[in-house]
Amino acid sequence: MTTEQTASAAETERTAAETAPDLLYGAAEEDLRAAVRALLADRADPAAALARAESGDPYDAGLWDRLAGSIGAAGLLVPEELGGQGASAREAAVVLEELGRAVTPAPYLTSSVVATQTLLGCDTGEPDVAGLVTALATGTRVAVLALPLTTAPGDPLPGTTDTVTSVADAARADVLLLVRDDGLYAVETGDPAVTVAPLTPLDLTRPLAAVTAGPAAGLRLADAATARTAVRRGLLSGAGLLASEQLGIAEWCLEETVRYTKERHQFNRPVGSFQALKHRMAQLWVEVVSARAAARGAADALATGRQDAPLAVAVAGAYCGRVAVHAAEECVQLHGGIGMTWEHPAHLALKRAKADEAAFGTAGRHKDTVAALVDLPAPAPR
Amino acid sequence: MAPTTGAPEATPPGATPPDAVQLRERTRRLLAEHPPATTAPADFLDARFDAGLAWVHFPAGLGGLDAPRALQPVVDAELDAAAAPGNDPRRIGIGLGMAAPTLLRYGTREQQERFLKPLWTGREVWCQLFSEPGAGSDLAALATRAVRDEGTGDWIVSGQKVWTSSAHLARWAILIARTDPGLPKHRGITYFVCDMTDPGVDVRPLRQITGEAEFNEVFLTDVRIPDAHRLGDVGEGWGVARTTLMNERVSIGGARLPREGGMIGPAAATWRERPELRTHDLHRRLLDLWVESEVARLTGERLGQQLVAGHPGPEGSGMKLTFARLNQAVSGLEVELLGDEGLLYSDWTMRRPDHVDFTGRDAGYRYLRSKGNSIEGGTSEVLLNIIAERVLGLPPEPRDDKDVAWKDLAR
Repeated sequence: MTTEQTASAAETERTAAETAPDLLYGAAEEDLRAAVRALLADRADPAAALARAESGDPYDAGLWDRLAGSIGAAGLLVPEELGGQGASAREAAVVLEELGRAVTPAPYLTSSVVATQTLLGCDTGEPDVAGLVTALATGTRVAVLALPLTTAPGDPLPGTTDTVTSVADAARADVLLLVRDDGLYAVETGDPAVTVAPLTPLDLTRPLAAVTAGPAAGLRLADAATARTAVRRGLLSGAGLLASEQLGIAEWCLEETVRYTKERHQFNRPVGSFQALKHRMAQLWVEVVSARAAARGAADALATGRQDAPLAVAVAGAYCGRVAVHAAEECVQLHGGIGMTWEHPAHLALKRAKADEAAFGTAGRHKDTVAALVDLPAPAPR
Repeated sequence: MAPTTGAPEATPPGATPPDAVQLRERTRRLLAEHPPATTAPADFLDARFDAGLAWVHFPAGLGGLDAPRALQPVVDAELDAAAAPGNDPRRIGIGLGMAAPTLLRYGTREQQERFLKPLWTGREVWCQLFSEPGAGSDLAALATRAVRDEGTGDWIVSGQKVWTSSAHLARWAILIARTDPGLPKHRGITYFVCDMTDPGVDVRPLRQITGEAEFNEVFLTDVRIPDAHRLGDVGEGWGVARTTLMNERVSIGGARLPREGGMIGPAAATWRERPELRTHDLHRRLLDLWVESEVARLTGERLGQQLVAGHPGPEGSGMKLTFARLNQAVSGLEVELLGDEGLLYSDWTMRRPDHVDFTGRDAGYRYLRSKGNSIEGGTSEVLLNIIAERVLGLPPEPRDDKDVAWKDLAR
């Protein structure tokens, strides 16, 4: 049976091409990927990583120095005049794909993306703001936005509160960015008025803490109105680039599952030769390919400041989280018993994927945003 | 390569292919010499083909200029701006998408010169005689026989083909038939060009689930095909057919669309226009499908960008799976959304449409027609196998049909 083509493909192709985002990877982006992957491979010892994760301090200090310093990844989003690389969300997305693949504990998304973008949304003519941005860009300091990891772009901000819970990477941070009623504050974690109380996270590779800061602590960086738009900008970048981390997780899970099921024999055959398993992995491949397009769409929209960036981010956020969880769940299931062990790294991917599902807004939250942006309103109350 | 004919201006073999600037100039010269306003459409298309501007990536003398495929839009943009007549690709999709690439790869220069020009201009419509009632997913099991007439060297073909679009309009068909039943199934097949005006060809409409007949059954009784119309060597037809089928999937997966350009468009429009139909359950499901449709659109866009950049990936086989699933889910949701209206159907009259519009007509039609999307051009189940084995490199299922003579297979 054959299918005839619908519509005049050439016509729609040209219309689409004029406004289309660049969804591919450039040569420089591939070079960056190779550098990050080599670094992670060098320092990836699953047993040591697990032991560190269990100790409550999963971060590998040497790795951060090389990722942030030698490779310059921490400064990708920062303009050169502020000490950064003057690159864009496209490049940061590639770094996150690799960090996702390796489920690396590193304050990259929190500090180099969310906190950095939040600060860039403030007045960088202010020496306090500029100085902190530069310190983050070189990786010499780490800052996190003191909001729950689940906060979505556009969510109402909490205002002045004593304690903020589920703040990701707070334990690794030198500086907290606190949202108060009258603006955005930078507070040193070493300040005696600050407590960072570690929580036991579902995802051991991204530690969470409850953060408490006395009302007088810190330095005001922005007024309330600026703080709101700056935080929104930070969270939008976080949500959009999280999709690339989720893509990386999904990719690793699929590759690992394919590799394992080719080798594992039962019933005198590789289990990967059974159609019931092959179809599941092929379906996953289709999802990973789709997630890549969605994640690149969000990264490109953030990089170029396209007007539809909030929609591109909401679409990626609504789609990629589910793919990462599906891939990680299939990875555990198709590995069979070994996938359920502490020894095999599948659980690290599953825990990261499941926690990421709620980070910067759930899929449902992102779909509400889509509904508002493309005019598909909910039913009116009856 | 043989000397070019009918294309005095074409690039001589071995010369540097034209760049975008040269193509634009050449297109403008064509338009100046054959003004669309005063030239008969058929004459314009002939002239465009002869100028090498039909498909620039084809060889000189065969409608192209050996230029990169990515430069075709340069030509098309100039022609569109001048409102030049087109060749109505919807009407001749099988010729353009499947027969032409196969002729290009396996045809003799003589065959290429005979067939490609009228194929491209649309003067001759093509159809594809592959599937059979007993050979669907297992196409290589086909039973249509081609027997050599030792006296004339011609082939005498008998059998039944099915799901043939355009057969009632077609002048030519690409055909695969069994030339040696004593060999294992993949090895005894030969590929031909079949004359659809042969008295042994009987085309009958095949009425389908929607009430109309887009496709045909084709009965072949002692159809005579000269050996000069064979494509590739005797017994090598399976390899030739794979070229055709690969191009089929590329053309199915390659379309680039604007946002809401596919099946989601009418469903979203209905949602916006008919607030009284909205329910919370349908809202969540519509948003799920809207997001998935947008991601599918971006995936198609990315595939298109890869093709233009000269790095086609295997993603095309995934696109067809996704579009089949989404078309079915979205149109099904729309029937449900429409309530009372969803119980109605526009028209069950038996017709033979010239072309198919998956997103056309009413929701009920779209729902029924989209059932074919996961069957035609490779079932979703077979596509999953292909992805698993050829993309992911997973081991094949154990098989017992590959080394057995075709005549000894169960059927």
